[in-house]
Amino acid sequence: MSLDQEQVRKIAALAKLKIDDTQITAYQENLSNILELVDQLSAVDTASVEPMAHPLDAVQRLRADVVTEENQREHFQKIAPAVDQGHYLVPRVVE
Amino acid sequence: MSDAMHTKTIAQISADLAAGTYSSVEITTDLLARIKREDQAINSFITVTEEQALAQARAADAARAAGNASVWTGVPMAHKDIFCTNGVLTTCGSKMLSNFEAPYDATIVENFNKAGAVSLGKTNMDEFAMGSSNETSYFGAVKNPWDHDRVPGGSSGGSAAAVAARLVPAATATDTGGSIRQPAALCGVTGIKPTYGRVSRWGMIAFASSLDQAGTMTRTAEDSALMLNVMAGFDPKDSTSMDREVPDYTATLNNSIEGMTIGLPKEYFRDDISAEMQQQVRNAIAEYEKMGAKVKEISLPNTHLAVPVYYVVAPAECSANLSRMDGVRFGYRCDNPQDIEDLYLRSRSEGFGAEVKRRIMVGAYALSAGFYDAYYKKAQQVRRLIKNDFVEAFKEVDIIMSPTSPTPAFKFGEKGGDPVAMYLEDIFTIATNLAGLPGMSVPCGQVNGLPVGLQMIGNFFDEARMLNAGHQFQQATDWHLKAPAGI
Repeated sequence: MSLDQEQVRKIAALAKLKIDDTQITAYQENLSNILELVDQLSAVDTASVEPMAHPLDAVQRLRADVVTEENQREHFQKIAPAVDQGHYLVPRVVE
Repeated sequence: MSDAMHTKTIAQISADLAAGTYSSVEITTDLLARIKREDQAINSFITVTEEQALAQARAADAARAAGNASVWTGVPMAHKDIFCTNGVLTTCGSKMLSNFEAPYDATIVENFNKAGAVSLGKTNMDEFAMGSSNETSYFGAVKNPWDHDRVPGGSSGGSAAAVAARLVPAATATDTGGSIRQPAALCGVTGIKPTYGRVSRWGMIAFASSLDQAGTMTRTAEDSALMLNVMAGFDPKDSTSMDREVPDYTATLNNSIEGMTIGLPKEYFRDDISAEMQQQVRNAIAEYEKMGAKVKEISLPNTHLAVPVYYVVAPAECSANLSRMDGVRFGYRCDNPQDIEDLYLRSRSEGFGAEVKRRIMVGAYALSAGFYDAYYKKAQQVRRLIKNDFVEAFKEVDIIMSPTSPTPAFKFGEKGGDPVAMYLEDIFTIATNLAGLPGMSVPCGQVNGLPVGLQMIGNFFDEARMLNAGHQFQQATDWHLKAPAGI
């Protein structure tokens, strides 16, 4: 499986990454090599094999729907890049 | 070996502290000075927490004076920089978290604090634990203490190198595809990756959630048992944590291994692994035979599919996990974002290094519309075949042994150009994570003066047997006592 440059740009956009034009070729080559490695899987017959979601076939544990955490908003927001009155600040989204 | 404090194991330090040979403040001060002096050469620490360490040491000495001491009281160690430490920089080896002071402690950090351990700081690692050589760390590569031109392995390279260089007697580590065992092998130390779900991951920065597990980096199997006694156990805060009884891992260390059946998978003794490497592992197996173990050749026929499966599952899960790194609530944010899209794009593109971006992109592709069945679902199906190989094998054997890595430590830049060459470094370790099984590496020989690791793979929750086997090997041999020159 080999990717073209347009596909690399599309994947980068999906992943919210920006790849410089000067680096596109390198990423194209690396990603294609990785996908080529992965393509060995397509030859394996898995028709009757259940996908493995957990090594011990455990399922998600549920807990009672009660509040267990205390609110630590100020503590957690101390490490935020920009906050104001308890809100996280980002550039204007709605004009 | 000298009698200096830095050469002591956890077990010895614990006994010395109990006997009053030296205090926790004395050994902590000694090791902090040693780190300051020696670590410039190998770069195994990202952060040294001198003040907190001395405060913990003083508290430990006071607790001991008051008669409240246990095994870990006042014993120094370090944490891989992937574990959240309250108020202390927690970078995960990335520019993205280069300003992140975690607002809480990971469960295992809390466990060690409660046990009275003294944390000297945070060890270097491949960025977001993605790498096998420590070359992807934003804070610079760690150097192998045995040869500074060579890699320490990865991703827990800082923990392995710090323990090998006798800067700390033990460090926590994590393993998603070999990140404990491979650096342990390359640095000549002992490390165990427990069964998936055995140790809490709460507060451990997530890479690939169906594979990640926390474990140990020590110089002896006995010390790994002492660490695991603190780390293992159910944690309601980690939804993947398994609610199973935890044995005292030190209680069975001295059991005889007479009659233990060792499986040697023929797929792990490949022709392209050098004869010298294979000989070191064969010598170790012979040592076990002398101790009364039986050896049986086995087959794990889907071994060659482990690396391809891993490079679907791990990138897919990392692309989901790392979507939280968006420059909004914590971590790196780009300068002067023009709009929200620009904020996301530039914060992530400037904050992540090349290998992390590659894996996120592979994952985003594998999970994108129309490709899910062909990649992720397919990989999860093949993953079951790989696990089934082990289930079959453990019907006949008690433990599986192999080389940990295909080569000893390689030189910096040697696998630089092609990520796939680096990925093949983990051919012997990845299947264990895919199957959820516990794995361990102990030093078992040398090739050209560089350490070689013996990998053990155990059945589910059979860590005690591996630690027992490791300890018995270390009673009969002295590979674990060998140190890099100048120590």
